[in-house]
Formats: sequence, C-alpha cells, structure tokens
Amino acid sequence: MTLTTVIQLYVFVLAGFVGYQVISRVPPLLHTPLMSAANALTGISLVGSLVAAGSNHGTLSNVLGFIAVICATVNVVGGFLITDRMLKMFKRDDRKGK
Amino acid sequence: MSESLSLRELIIQGTYLVSSVFFIVGLRGLSSPEKARAGMGYAAVGMLLAVAGTLIHAEIVSYTWVFWGLLAGSVIGVIIGRPLFITVPMTAMPQWVALSHAAGAVAATLVGVNEYMILSAAGTLPAGTMAALGFEVLLGALTVTGSVMAFGKLQEILPGRPVTWPLQNVMNLLLLAAALGLLVLLMLHPDRSTAFWVMLSIAAGLGILMVLPIGGADMPVVISLLNAYAGLSASAMGFALDNNLLIIVGALDGASGLLLSILMCKAMNRSFTNVIFGAFGAPTAAATGQLADGREMRAITPEDAAVRLAYARLVVVVPGYGLAVAQAQHALRELTDLLEKRGVEVKYAIHPVAGRMPGHMNVLLAEANVPYDRLFDMEEVNGEFPRTDVALVIGANDVVNPAARSDPGSPIYGMPILDVDKARSAMVLKRGKGAGFAGIENELFFDPKTFMLFGDAKASLTKLVTEVKSL
Repeated sequence: MTLTTVIQLYVFVLAGFVGYQVISRVPPLLHTPLMSAANALTGISLVGSLVAAGSNHGTLSNVLGFIAVICATVNVVGGFLITDRMLKMFKRDDRKGK
Repeated sequence: MSESLSLRELIIQGTYLVSSVFFIVGLRGLSSPEKARAGMGYAAVGMLLAVAGTLIHAEIVSYTWVFWGLLAGSVIGVIIGRPLFITVPMTAMPQWVALSHAAGAVAATLVGVNEYMILSAAGTLPAGTMAALGFEVLLGALTVTGSVMAFGKLQEILPGRPVTWPLQNVMNLLLLAAALGLLVLLMLHPDRSTAFWVMLSIAAGLGILMVLPIGGADMPVVISLLNAYAGLSASAMGFALDNNLLIIVGALDGASGLLLSILMCKAMNRSFTNVIFGAFGAPTAAATGQLADGREMRAITPEDAAVRLAYARLVVVVPGYGLAVAQAQHALRELTDLLEKRGVEVKYAIHPVAGRMPGHMNVLLAEANVPYDRLFDMEEVNGEFPRTDVALVIGANDVVNPAARSDPGSPIYGMPILDVDKARSAMVLKRGKGAGFAGIENELFFDPKTFMLFGDAKASLTKLVTEVKSL
C-alpha cells in the first residue's frame, strides 16, 4: 500500500463522514429531491468517462468511453433538471394573507 | 506525491477542490426548502467545474468522441429532465430515479472495464488498483441490473410481488462469495481476463437476483441502497484512477444512500438484513373483507362522507401509495381547498415510508400545490389525532394498521404507525376489500368509528368535491 492510497482512504472516510453529517440534516420533506440530487451526483463518473473517451488507447477504448460519457451526461443533466423541477414545486402557504 | 505538480495538473486539482466544496455546500442547501434550489445551483456549478477541469487532462488527446458524447448525453438528459417531449409524472419518480441510477452505473462499469483492458494488456496492474477496479465494476454492474429490475417492478412491466424460491439467500451469498473470490484471484493474477468477465457477469446476475425477492413496499430501501452502491462504485473508480474528486463525491453519495436506507428501515421497524433477505409482502391468505370474529367493514356513501368532512373542525389527511397510483393528488387538493374555505382545519400526515421512495408523498402533494407547511411528519402529527374529527385515509393501509402496536404476531408488529385509530372517526378511501401490500388484514377498517368509501381514489375524491360544493 502506498502513501497515496493511505491519503485516499483518509479522503474517502472524511468525505463519507461529512456526507453523513450534512445529509442527516435534510428533513424528510425533501427526501425525494435529496435522492434525485444524489442521483445527479453519481453522474460524477463522467470525469472518468471523459478521459477514456479522449485518450489514445485504441478505438474500442474510445467507444466504451463515448458510451460512458453519454450515459453519465444523461445521468447528470437529467438528474439536475428533474431535481430542480421537483424543488420548484415546494411552496410555502401563500394564502395566509387573505 | 512528493514530486511537484505541473501547472496543468495544479489547475486541474485546484478546480477539483473547488468543485468538491461546491458539492458539499449544495447538499447542505437541501436542509431547508427555501435554500434547496440555490443549493442545487451550487452543485450544478460544481459539476461544471469537474467537467471543465477534466477536459484539460493531459491524457485527453482527441475531443471528437468527448464532444459528441457530451452533446448526445445532454440532449437525452434534457429530453428526460424537461417535460418537453416526455412528461414524467411525479408518481413515476421512483422508477425514473432507478433508471437514472442505471445510466450512471453503466458509465462507471464501462470505465472500469476499459481501464482493466488497458492496464492488463500493458501488464501494469498492481493489486491495489485491481482491487479498486474490481469493486468499481462489481458495484457498477450490480447497480445497473438491480436498477433496471427495480424500474421494471415499479413500472409494473415485471410482477411487483416478491419472487422467491428455496435456498435463494444461500445461493445469492454463494454467488457473492464467488465474485469476491474471483476478485482476489485477479489481484494475484491480473492477466486472467476470463475471471474478470465471469466476475462481471456474476455481479450483473446478482443485481437481478437481489431485487427479485423484494416486494413493492420495500422499494424505497432498495432504491436508496442502489444509490449508495452507485456512489461507492464512483469512489472505487476514484481509487483506481487516483482521482480525489471521484472519491469525495462517491463517498457523499454512498453516505446519502446508506442514511436514507437506514431511515427507511427504522420507519418500518425492520433490520437491513430483514429487508434484503426477508421477502416481505408475499401474498398470504386472500382477504375477504371480514374478520375471523365476523365483524365487517362499514361502507359510507359519498353524500354522508361529504357531510362528515364539511362539518368537521380538524381533518387530517393520510395519503398512501394508492393516492399516487390513482393520480388523485389534484382532486385531493381541490377537496381540501373547499374544506378550508368552509373553515375546516386541514393537515396532512406523512408516514416516512408512504409511497415507493423516501419523501414520495411530499413531492406528490407539492406537485398538487399543497403548501409544504401543511405537511407533517409522523412524530409531529401523531399527538393531533385524539382531537381530529375525521382522519381521511387515502390508499394507505399498513402505515395505519393498529396491529403494528397491539399484535405481536403481526409481521408489521413494532413498526411506528400513524395513530388514525385514535381519531374521533376515520374515513378510508380504498379500491376494494383486499389487504394491503404487505398482505395483512387491517383491524382499523373494521373499527366501529371507521367508514369505508370504496372505489378508485380519484373518482371518490371527485364525488366528494361535488358533494361538498352542493352543501
């Protein structure tokens, strides 16, 4: 195991901890948008896909990367748009003033 | 790590660092409905930075595939995300999230496969990297097939009831052990590519086998769990590619998915293992609309029901999955508007596992323009039932079943429920006399204080609206 791997494990554990803290503050009211947002974030695999699609390791590699880029982008773009559509619907009571 | 970085590498790492911060700030925004949209804006900026930073990566030599991939993906993403061509109703959100998980996991799996092929051909695949790649494709493939299965079940292309057979769990565990065994073999001999493909196939198979025995009511847990797997797969990719951004965002996702699954399990008073291995919701004896002691449900006409609602002081609405199935949220909103105009106080009681994903009912009611300050969590609202004149239960069953409190023999015993039985009266809108998803007869429906209004929820609510108007 190299020092890099050790540092990566630190990053992983600490990020997981931050995630747990941040997400435990999300009220049940917003659990569906949270899930949809987390879903959009899994599209981060786009980062790996982009490199695969653009590197010079042969056409097969590029095609696999290309498909991966499409799937991950669908995940990101669709995920963010759907989350926003959902969040737009949550409104406070505007009829109280009447 | 000791050699200093090139300028290009510095810019990339700097962008990634900022991007990670944006993601965390973005998720923090979700702690209140007012800040949530802005928060997601931050997260979107984080994603843009991540892409921008990656595009200047030294390994990218040609942008043709990259460009067309991004373009095609964005177009498809916009089609799905914006209601231009296909309108995805809010009731169908769980299955669309499942499908979207599948897309992200396909990407993670393909990147892993690609990386394995390149590195094993070059003969430079250290055991640590192989382990990371292994977990990436294992979790990725499992998420792909599992999510597609979940989509099929929720969309009712596949049977929603659990599919079980003897020794199912033993078989699944053996398969999992086999896949992990192959991964260890690959760490020692990374060039055994057959082992890699077999491992990948087993993982894909496991995804299907894992979701098959899971009943409709347990879907929220599974979808959250698949979310966690997809995140962990991205994290593993980060370990394999030495990319901290992937590790961080994957860990955030993993934490989110895991936390939601735990919350869902708690709300059903069931352990994680029980949900995964329990095959809950298998059909039991056919419900007859009659209890063993001969008591029967008492039906009510829409006219009488309307009178009861219109002259109540406090009405608490308890929505369940049946509301979503019948697409009755708008009719419900119309009814409660009318009641409020007549001076009736209306509250909505939301059970944490009502619906097919966490928070499903909240989104559905928000879509029908119900202000979110009328929606109450179980703990907040349970104390209100004794002073509630009418508890209006729409398409919910197990979450209001008093057997969860009183009958230790019941499969749902111990699950926290909404105390509808403590209300002065209850009115239940239900399709027929059958039992709920968990296949359990509900004592509440036979209570002398309970009135049943049979029929499709939307049709019943529309009738109630007409009746209340004519009063």
